[in-house]
Amino acid sequence: MKCLIRLKVNGETYEIAVEPRKTLLDVIRNEIGLTGTKKGCNMGECGACTVLLDGKAVCSCLVLGVEADRREVITIEGLGNGVHPDPLQEAFVKHGAIQCGFCTPGMIMTARKLLDENPSPSEEEVREAICGNLCRCTGYVKIVEAVLDVARSEKGGRDAGLLSHR
Amino acid sequence: MQDYSVIGKRLPRLDGMEIVTGKAKYTDDIVLPGTLAGKILTSEYPHARILHIDTSKAEKLSGVRGIITGKNVPMVQYGFANFVRDEYPLAFDKVRYIGDEIAAVAAIDEDIAEEALDLIEVEYEELPSVFDPEEAMKPGAPRIHEHAERNICSNHVSHVIGDVDKGFRESDYVREDRFVTQNVSHCFLETRNCLADFNANGELTFWTSTSSIYLDRFVLSHLLKIPVSKIKGNRPFVGGGFGGKGETVSCQICAALLSMKTGKPVKITLSREEQFIADRGRHRWIFELRTGAKKDGTIIAKQCRAIADAGAYNSLSFLILMHSVGYFDIVYRVPNVRYDGDMVYTNNPPCGAMRSFDCVQLRLADDSHMDMLARDLGIDTIDLYLKNVSGPGDLTASRYKLDSNGLRECIERVRDDSGWRDKRGRLPVGRGIGFAVGASIAGAKSSNDDPDASSALVKINEDGSVNLLIAAHDAGQGSRTVFSQTVAEELGIAIDDVKVNFVIDTDIIPQDQGSYASRTTIGLGNAVLAACRDAKRQIFEVVADQLHASAEDLEAKDGVIYLKGSPDGRVSFKDEGGALSLCLTSKKVVFPIIGRGHFEPETEPFDWKTGEGNISIAYGFTAKVAEVEVDTETGRVKVLNVTSASDVGKALNPLFLEGQDEGAIAMGIGQALFEKLELDKGQILNPSFSEYKIPTALDMPRTIRSTWVETLDPHSPFGAKGIGEAVIVPMPAAIANAVYDAVGVRINEFPITPDKILEEVEKKGKLGE
Ligand code: FES
Ligand code: FES
Repeated sequence: MKCLIRLKVNGETYEIAVEPRKTLLDVIRNEIGLTGTKKGCNMGECGACTVLLDGKAVCSCLVLGVEADRREVITIEGLGNGVHPDPLQEAFVKHGAIQCGFCTPGMIMTARKLLDENPSPSEEEVREAICGNLCRCTGYVKIVEAVLDVARSEKGGRDAGLLSHR
Repeated sequence: MQDYSVIGKRLPRLDGMEIVTGKAKYTDDIVLPGTLAGKILTSEYPHARILHIDTSKAEKLSGVRGIITGKNVPMVQYGFANFVRDEYPLAFDKVRYIGDEIAAVAAIDEDIAEEALDLIEVEYEELPSVFDPEEAMKPGAPRIHEHAERNICSNHVSHVIGDVDKGFRESDYVREDRFVTQNVSHCFLETRNCLADFNANGELTFWTSTSSIYLDRFVLSHLLKIPVSKIKGNRPFVGGGFGGKGETVSCQICAALLSMKTGKPVKITLSREEQFIADRGRHRWIFELRTGAKKDGTIIAKQCRAIADAGAYNSLSFLILMHSVGYFDIVYRVPNVRYDGDMVYTNNPPCGAMRSFDCVQLRLADDSHMDMLARDLGIDTIDLYLKNVSGPGDLTASRYKLDSNGLRECIERVRDDSGWRDKRGRLPVGRGIGFAVGASIAGAKSSNDDPDASSALVKINEDGSVNLLIAAHDAGQGSRTVFSQTVAEELGIAIDDVKVNFVIDTDIIPQDQGSYASRTTIGLGNAVLAACRDAKRQIFEVVADQLHASAEDLEAKDGVIYLKGSPDGRVSFKDEGGALSLCLTSKKVVFPIIGRGHFEPETEPFDWKTGEGNISIAYGFTAKVAEVEVDTETGRVKVLNVTSASDVGKALNPLFLEGQDEGAIAMGIGQALFEKLELDKGQILNPSFSEYKIPTALDMPRTIRSTWVETLDPHSPFGAKGIGEAVIVPMPAAIANAVYDAVGVRINEFPITPDKILEEVEKKGKLGE
């Protein structure tokens, strides 16, 4: 028996009939067709499927589709404003924080969540935050650099903004 | 050194924005209407005869569209090397390991396919099995393949140079050690997969995550008896490979067979657990090493007895053994060498190629052994290496021609950059510093009659934009971008004017064998260069008329074509009235201007009995120093910093080189300290990321210093050499040696886990009392 759920993904509302055992990851990828979110293990162990669910970073393979009923999801495709990418997306390219790219969408979602909560994390805080996102290619060095770089410039922008208001 | 405009620059990836926005399509992201889900049934027994397979119940399950078994698919053997074909797409008489593929199902969804697998009944007759290579070689051990006496894959390999026994007699000191390495899994984040679509015209189209789409096409053609002209392979974005996607495997073949059977597209994507079982990772090796030296550290003789567990099928094992022979002596100048090696079949899951072709295990053993030898002799380990290191122009004992070799400089660089002299032997207890070296082939050489060719097309359009069409099997190394840099440099245009294909479509893109053997930089690089020159020649002929000069005297740089040595003789490449305008009105060329390039290395003889022969076009070298902290209470090892220097020939894009080095350091840390596929009677006990741990951001050293030595290899574009494999090689040994420096214990069975350290520390403490 399928259940009808209504959820908002990247600002669009979807009404979908889903089987109760289907994960949010499968709903996003197969029903909605947003394939930027990746499946690396389907067991909550790699972080490749990370999305923001009501603002919280979650492994979408550990959430059932029906649990997302009436909730809001942001995926990698929902970052930035469609024309301009999110600063994290730009920084990942610029710093060479991507190799095969399979971990990248999940990694960026986790990093976005971190910076939203903690705009000026230390290196250790960045490492702690992304330690559930596995990457086999990069050794994480450039990922950490990219996140710290965005933190510096976003904070810089914010501080500068405050100053000009004074 | 020559001055380049685009080469050598830290340019970001051209396909980066695709990836970070989630637009890049990987195989599993591709959807065809009506696609069926495929699942594979695998053996529960390590060694058994298949008596009967009953699929009748499964066939009746609603939603099932097709089932194949070894009995109803083509019975053609395959295998990576044509002289060791020992596998069938699906086992039909015998299974040889837990995970051997037996049957496959296509159904309307994955859950139903899974349910159908449970309904297939297989009747087995269990056979005696063997899991240890040393046991498997003994007389009377169960025979796994009819053709393989004493379970030896292919043949015993024996390589002797000089008089080894005399060498040992003449040595002042001889040391012997035995090391055992562990099975390591690739753990690329994207599991293996294939989407296959067979149509009524008898044509097969497939998409797959691969390091060699042309090899896959060839194997499918061979097995399915479809001419390659009717098979179209597509390689979209690929989520990592590290050597583990270079071999055509069952899930690809089964997807194609199921599509042929059902007439529908069929997709198989391995689950993470299935991937761990199907993965063909690093071999478990047993190395018995013996080295004889003079008091001053001059090495007189080296000997290695190597036995490796190939698992149930050959895969690339025999080829790996061949490389091991050469990797034993590539870093030294040593007059007397003996290597005896066997790859042995067991009922464990098969092993295959992984980053460095197992050079990393050999060097882990030998660099640990040499570190101890140096200590015994009272010589600094780095000085011992510098005394014996191979050099440029050397012909090694295994007949490798090291035309460029910057190993000495790499060693000196890491010694100086790491503060080795101040730290070695002077760090507080619990802290240690270790050193090791590495090497790797950088470009497969065609051996005997097996070509290893690359081709490229450069298409110059009327507006000055350029399309580069290449089969760069880029899985993150950055080759698409580097070859775009090559085009920009060679044609003297901006990189923004170069567009490179992200997908390889075998119908359109000229062939390249794939990304293995660190061969792309030189192999495909030379083809791209040749294609650029072919296109440039056509333009130069037109421009030469205008400048009343000869085409040979022209050069292109920074958007201008100019006459060498003449300030006035110049035209813009693409501005109004420039070279392209001239070409448009000329009768000599037509648009698009197509440059074609091909590269095929010279073949050289190779001896499969001894492993002797120049196996590669060039060789990459590297040295690393690691500093660690060992917690003597818990035995935990923390890698504090790594200093690395690599002979890359020429750094084409430092950003990507650092990426390769940093990724290799991570992988090397995992292999040194915790990664191990746990096997019990052929069963993998830890087939998940929660049980098989790979390094996270917290496991990494906080300081990494990667530098490059540029030796300008004569065979390669701009002098560059592929380095993706070499860079991992010294990492585990550097850590092992640092652990010894820190706490004075040597772990001879890898990985170096906390419990082993504590046990050895305790033993040593008792001895000390
Ligand atoms: S796919 Fe969800 S954590 Fe790996
Ligand atoms: S870039 Fe490949 S897994 Fe992270």
